[in-house]
Amino acid sequence: MTPIIELQNVSHIYSPGTPFEHAALRNVSLSIAPGEFVGLIGHTGSGKSTLIQHMNGLLKPTEGKVFFGGEDIWKDPKFTRQTRFKVGLVFQYPEYQLFEETVYKDIAFGPKNMGLSEDEIRERVYRAAGFVGIEKENMEKSPFDLSGGQKRRVAIAGVIAMEPDVLILDEPTAGLDPVGRQSILQNIRDYQKAQNAAVIMVSHSMEEIASNVDRLIVMDHGAPAMSGSPEEVFSHAQELVSMGLNVPRVTQVFLQLKKLGADVDSSVFTVEQGAQQLLSMLKGGGRDA
Amino acid sequence: MENQAITVKKLVYTYPNPDGREGIQVFQGLDLSIEQGSFVAVLGHNGCGKSTLAKHFNAILLPLGGSVHVYGMDTLDENLLLAIRQQVGMVFQNPDNQIVSNVVEEDVAFAPENLGVLSDEIRTRVDDALKAVGMYEYRKHAPHLLSGGQKQRIAIAGVIAMQPKCIVLDEPTAMLDPRGRQEVLQTILRLNRESKITVVLITHHMDEAALADRVVAMASGKIVADGTPQQVFSQVELLDNVGLSVPETTQLLYRLRQAGVDVPLSALSVEDCAKVIYDCLQHTPKNRRTSQ
Repeated sequence: MTPIIELQNVSHIYSPGTPFEHAALRNVSLSIAPGEFVGLIGHTGSGKSTLIQHMNGLLKPTEGKVFFGGEDIWKDPKFTRQTRFKVGLVFQYPEYQLFEETVYKDIAFGPKNMGLSEDEIRERVYRAAGFVGIEKENMEKSPFDLSGGQKRRVAIAGVIAMEPDVLILDEPTAGLDPVGRQSILQNIRDYQKAQNAAVIMVSHSMEEIASNVDRLIVMDHGAPAMSGSPEEVFSHAQELVSMGLNVPRVTQVFLQLKKLGADVDSSVFTVEQGAQQLLSMLKGGGRDA
Repeated sequence: MENQAITVKKLVYTYPNPDGREGIQVFQGLDLSIEQGSFVAVLGHNGCGKSTLAKHFNAILLPLGGSVHVYGMDTLDENLLLAIRQQVGMVFQNPDNQIVSNVVEEDVAFAPENLGVLSDEIRTRVDDALKAVGMYEYRKHAPHLLSGGQKQRIAIAGVIAMQPKCIVLDEPTAMLDPRGRQEVLQTILRLNRESKITVVLITHHMDEAALADRVVAMASGKIVADGTPQQVFSQVELLDNVGLSVPETTQLLYRLRQAGVDVPLSALSVEDCAKVIYDCLQHTPKNRRTSQ
C-alpha cells in the first residue's frame, strides 16, 4: 500500500549560515499508512514541531523529499497548496487562532479557501461541528463567548471541515481537564474512523499516547529514535527516561514489581492490562495459567 | 491566624457579564484556609473556579461578598495592595507571556526594581533567586532561546526575587514536556521544603497533586474533597462524578479492589503501589508455587 505520507532523508536546518544555525531534523525517513493513528513523542527541541510542519508543506526540507500519496509535495506549487488542504494541521492551543465573528464563519474559513460551493461549505461545516460536538445553537455565537474547551473544539472543527486525509494535532488536550481530554480524543477517533483518515498526535502524556495510538514514533535530536507499538516502545523505559521522556505510571509500577522480584510481565501500559494480569496471577495462580 | 497564609471566608464572586445581563456566579460562600509553609494542590475541572480563586489570593480579583485575608491583610483594603502582592507571587501557564526582558537576569530583576529595592540588594536577590531554581549559569542568556521548563523556572525566579512568603502557580506545567515538568516540580518542592515558601499549585495532573501535603478538589465553585493526597484520591467514585480522575496507581488498586483483592487505595506513589501489590502476590500460595 502506498503510504499516505512519506519522508525520505529529510533534513532541516534553521538559519543556515548564521551563528544560530541549527539542524532541527537530521536525515529523517519515515512513512505513515492511510488510516493509521500515530503518536509522536519527544522532549522540547527534539524536532517534533519541525517534523509535522514538513508533512503539510509549511516547511520545505533543506535536503530530502516529502511525499503525499506517493507524489512529491513540492513538484509544483498547485500540488503543494492541495497538500495543505489534504493534510490538516491543528497547532498547540489552536483556540488562540480563532478570529471570525461567528463559530460558523470560523469553521467555514478553510472550506471557503478551498473554493467550494456555498452548499458544500454548509454541509461540511455542520458535519465538522457534529464530529466535535458543537451544538447548532452555538453556530451563530461569537467563538470568543465560548468556554476554553469549546473554543478548542471550534478550532479543531475548522481543520476537520477541510476533510483532510491526514489530521495532525499538536498536543490537542493540553490544559484540559480529564473529561475534556477524553472527549476530544473520542472526537478525533470518530473522525479517523469515519474518514479512514490517518491521525498523527503529538502528546507529552505517555498515558494518553499508550491508550490511543497504533504506533508510536519517538523523536530525539532531530531524528526518530524508536518506532513501534506502545508495548514495544514502552519496554525501553531506561532509554526513554534518558531522552527526557517516561513510561506510563502503571508501567512504572510493573517495573518496580519486577525489581522487587515478582514474576510479572512489565510490558503493560494501560491500567486495564495491568489489572488483568495481576488478577489472573492472584486468582488463577501465575501468569502462565 | 498567625500561621495562616491565606484565609478565605464565605467568599462570593460573580463574573460580570459584558452584555449587562446577569453575571456568572462562581462562588457562593466558599471557605478555605491555607497554612503558612504548606504545599497545597488545587484540582478541578475546567471552569470550576480554580483560577478565579487563585486570583483572589493576591488581589487580582476582589471578593463581592465575604473576605480574603493574606497574612492577616484584607485584600479589599486598597492601601495594602502592594504589601499583599509582595507576599503572594503568581506564576501562570504560558511562560512566554510572563517574560518581559531579553536577558534572563534582567527579567528576574524586574519585580524587585519595581518595588524600589536598592541595586546592590537587587543583585543579591537575583543571584539567589536564579540559584534557587537552578538557572544561575543561564543568567546572561536570552530567555526566548531557552526550553519551556527553563523559561518557567525563570518566571518562578522572577517571583522569588520579590521574596514572597507564598507562591501560587496556575497550571505551570501544562505546556511542558516530561523533563520540563520534572524540573519545575522539583524546583517547587525544594522552595517549599528548604525555603519554607507556601505553595499553592493548581493543576490538572493528578500525579503532580500527589506530591502535595494537601489536596483540595473543587467542582462548580465548591470544595468537594480536602485532605492528604491519600485521603482525597481514595475517593475514586466522588472524583469520578465531578469529572476528575485519580492517578494510574490508584486506578490500578481500585480495579483490583473491585475484583475483591484487599489492597489499600492509599498507596499512591509508584513505589508504595508496587509494594502493596508485591505483598499481595507473596500471600497468594498458588503464585508462590508457579513462580518457583
